[in-house]
Formats: sequence, structure tokens, C-alpha cells
Amino acid sequence: MGVGIEVTNLNAWYGANHTLQDINLPIPANHATALIGPSGCGKSTFVRCLNRMHETNPIARVTGSVRIGDMDIYADASPVEIRRRVGMVFQRPNPFPTMSIYDNVASGLKLNGYSNRRALDEIVERSLRNAALWDEVKDDLKKKSGASLSGGQQQRMCIARALAVDPEVLLMDEPASALDPVSTSKIEDLIFQLKTQYTIVIVTHNMQQAARVAEKTGFFLNGRMVEFDSTHKIFTNPSDKRTEDYITGRFG
Amino acid sequence: MKAGVQQNKVRSAIRTMVDHLATGLAILATILVVAPLIAIFAYLIYKGASSLNLAFFTQIPKPIGESGGGMANAIVGSGVLLGVASLLGIPIGIGGGIYLAEFGRGTRFANAVRFTADVLNGVPSIVMGIAIYSLIVFQQKHFSALSGGVALGIMMIPTVTRTTEEMLLMVPNSIREAALGLGVPTWRSVLSITLKTASPGVITGCMLAFARVAGETAPLIFTALGNQFWSTSLNEPIAALPLQIYVYAISPYDDQHRLAWAGALVLIILIVLAVSLVRYVASRGILKGAS
Repeated sequence: MGVGIEVTNLNAWYGANHTLQDINLPIPANHATALIGPSGCGKSTFVRCLNRMHETNPIARVTGSVRIGDMDIYADASPVEIRRRVGMVFQRPNPFPTMSIYDNVASGLKLNGYSNRRALDEIVERSLRNAALWDEVKDDLKKKSGASLSGGQQQRMCIARALAVDPEVLLMDEPASALDPVSTSKIEDLIFQLKTQYTIVIVTHNMQQAARVAEKTGFFLNGRMVEFDSTHKIFTNPSDKRTEDYITGRFG
Repeated sequence: MKAGVQQNKVRSAIRTMVDHLATGLAILATILVVAPLIAIFAYLIYKGASSLNLAFFTQIPKPIGESGGGMANAIVGSGVLLGVASLLGIPIGIGGGIYLAEFGRGTRFANAVRFTADVLNGVPSIVMGIAIYSLIVFQQKHFSALSGGVALGIMMIPTVTRTTEEMLLMVPNSIREAALGLGVPTWRSVLSITLKTASPGVITGCMLAFARVAGETAPLIFTALGNQFWSTSLNEPIAALPLQIYVYAISPYDDQHRLAWAGALVLIILIVLAVSLVRYVASRGILKGAS
């Protein structure tokens, strides 16, 4: 089951560049929360702070606190532990090119030393079913490389790979921006199903997408969070002038 | 209007011509690259193939004056030397490459290591022989297979390190992030994901280094010394194909000259076989559609 996320006074830097400033945000459990905003506004940096991927860049720095469930991720645990609880799907599908479809999906468990084959078979099947990919790949799970799938299939495989380690939160950084419309709608359907079991945070450039999949939406601008509210309110009656300008297409 | 069409036709003709010219030059360059290898190989076959017989692969050198004999001990000796060299050079080289690409990126120490590796690559092989002579042979008071293997192994390190680094840097960062994002510890991600993804290139680098030192003679003169008799002990002087070729090539006997040609041919064939075998083994298990 998903857990809620409580972000308090989060600040992030790349070198001297203050990319996130005083972000405060409650993300509800078992819902999809969309983050929108123009390029470079900090929304990607924000989700990367939620699983401590931000700090993999040597010049990056973070202050503030992020609570996921009952755990303060910057105080109570190592990045490795957190990333097992907070899965991530990236903008471009990034399958492991040397691995079969099966091994790609099982990789998170296998690389952490999990080796019960019967259980792995089950987890791989369940994850691929959850990612709506099982029927398309079940016949060549171990024969075909993950990289030989189409872009949309690769992205769903990457979602299955993230689901296989059984996270509580799923971060998606523009998961459909590199995909065609058909694949995009499949990913959106998927988010719709997954959010009953996981807490989903999705960054998107596509406002219709945010409106379709998310209950809550946050609008980022220049490293600050301008407005956070129910998706319906953000898109029909935003309280901030800048949000209104953005969603009506006056800039961004 | 008409003049414009005319002009376009002329331009298109010129473009086609330039295209053909460039293609022609590329083909010419390819021929120039391949020709020396083929020429050398053909000449070796012409000169050496007639001296190849079973005895060449089963017998040790005959005393001077007697004809016949073979290079069995030198073939095995080269195998031993290259085995020691690979055991030393490949792990250290790959380890260094991993450090440069994955951990030390941009640090001053890494730059120093990279620079040192490039200089080491440029050190003449005879100097390497003398260095190992004073470090190992002189201390132990005897020549040995071990010292020869060490000399060759150190010569392999810079090539292996630099190709490993280059190949790891070619692995897209998104793949590292994918592994880290799954909660895989960094060391595991480097070994099981990044290095594995780069492995075809890393193996090529190891093979390049291997093939290069397989033909080295100068560093062995001061270390392995050569041996007219059977020996596989790491503590004794050992025969090696390049050394035996060298000794026979400068001898005054025609019979030994012929054996030297045959030895050179066998050396090249063995290198080609070893490289092909490693590539074949490494390419198995790669899946359909993997890049």
C-alpha cells in the first residue's frame, strides 16, 4: 500500500544554482499527484529529491525534510534503502541493454541478492501484468533483450521493473513524453490502475495528462511551488494569477 | 527560372561527384589499412608454412648443427608468460578504468592516474624490461618466467585501463540512474550493470593489450631470458615464441631461419585464435536485439 509524503522547507541546489526554494507540500497516499510547470522550473529536481537521486550529482545539495510514511528520508535511512521504497520511472525508457525482459524486471531484486526462482517468476509475472505488458511479452521473456521492445513497451517494462521491488511510492518523471499517443494513453490507463495501490507523483509537461490522471496538482515556477490544490480547482479556478496564466497558455 | 534549374542540375552533379570521390577515398583507406596485414600474413605463409610439421609443435629445439626440432617449449612458455601477464594486467587495468570512469571522475587524482597511464603506455618496452630486471631479477639473482610475466602484465595495464574507462564513459547515465533508482548499491550497479553493459568494448581492450604484449621480445630478454629446454616453472627462465624467433633469426643457420619464419607464423595464428576464441565465448549469451 502507498504512504503519504510530507515535504517541509525543502531547498535544493546544483552548484550555486538554487533550483528549489522552500517547498512545502503534502502528497496524499494512494492518489496520483501531478506536478506541472514550464521547463527548468524545478519539478524534476523535486521528484529526484523524493528518492535522493538528486544527490547522485556531486555538485548537488539539499536541505529540509521529506517524510515518507513514518520515515524522514534525509535523517533515518540510507539512499539505497529509500530507493527500494520509492520507485522511479524516468523520462526516457532506460532498460538494461544486456538483459532479457525477464532479467530487466527481476533486476532490482536479483541485484539485491534475492534468488528464490519460483518467487521471482511470480513477481515478474505479477509486475508485468500490473504494467499491462504481460500478454505482449510472455512468450519471449527470457529470449528477447529488453532493448528490443518498442519505446512504449520499454517504458511499461521499466514501470514493471520499478513495481517488482514493491515500492510504496512511484515517482514518474515525464514518463510519456518520449512516447507516441497510443503508448501514452496506455501509460495513463496504467497510472489510473496503479494509484489504487501506490502513491504516485507524476511530473508532466502535458496539462491534459495531469487533468486526466491526477487528483492533486502542484504548479511550479522558477524553483518555487506557486499553488497546490485539487486538480479540478487548479484547472478551473486557480487562486494564483501565475497559475492561471500558465494553464491558459499565456506563457511556458 | 530556366537558369535556376540549370544551376541546380550543375550543383547536383557536383554533389554526386564529391560523394563518389569521398566514398572512393574511404575504400582506398580501408585497403591501405588491411593490405599490410594481408601482405605480412601471405609472406609468413610463403616463408614459414613449409617448415611447419608435427615436430614443430611437439619437440624442443635441437642442438646447433642438428636439423629439425621444434618450438613446443616456446609455445607453452608464451602461454605461461601471457597467463601471468593477463592475471596481473587485466584485473588491475579494469579496476583502474572503473575508478577513472565511475568514482574519480573529474578529481585531480584521477587526472594524475590517467596521465600516468598514458605515459606508461609510451614507455619503450626495453625500458620496462630493464626496470623489471632491477626490481625482480636482480633481487632474486636469477631470471624467471614470473619476472617476464610481470613485465608484460605491467605493459598491459595502461591499454586496459584507458579502454575500460572510455567504454564505461560511453554507457549512458540513464542506465546508472535506472540501477540506483531500484535501490541497488553503487558497487553492485558498477559491476553488474555498467561494466556488463560496456563489456564488449572492455574485452576488446583486453584483447588488444594481450595481442600487443604477445609479440613483445625486448622486455623478455632481461626477464624470462629464454630457455632451450622444457620448463613451466615460474621460478626458472622460460622459453617464449618471440625470443625463440629472435634467437633463430639472427643465427647463421638456414635451418634455424626457416624455423624462425615458422615461429612467426605460429605466433600470429595463435594470437588470432586466442582473440577469436575470447570474442566467441564473450558473444555467446548476448540476446537478440541487445545493443
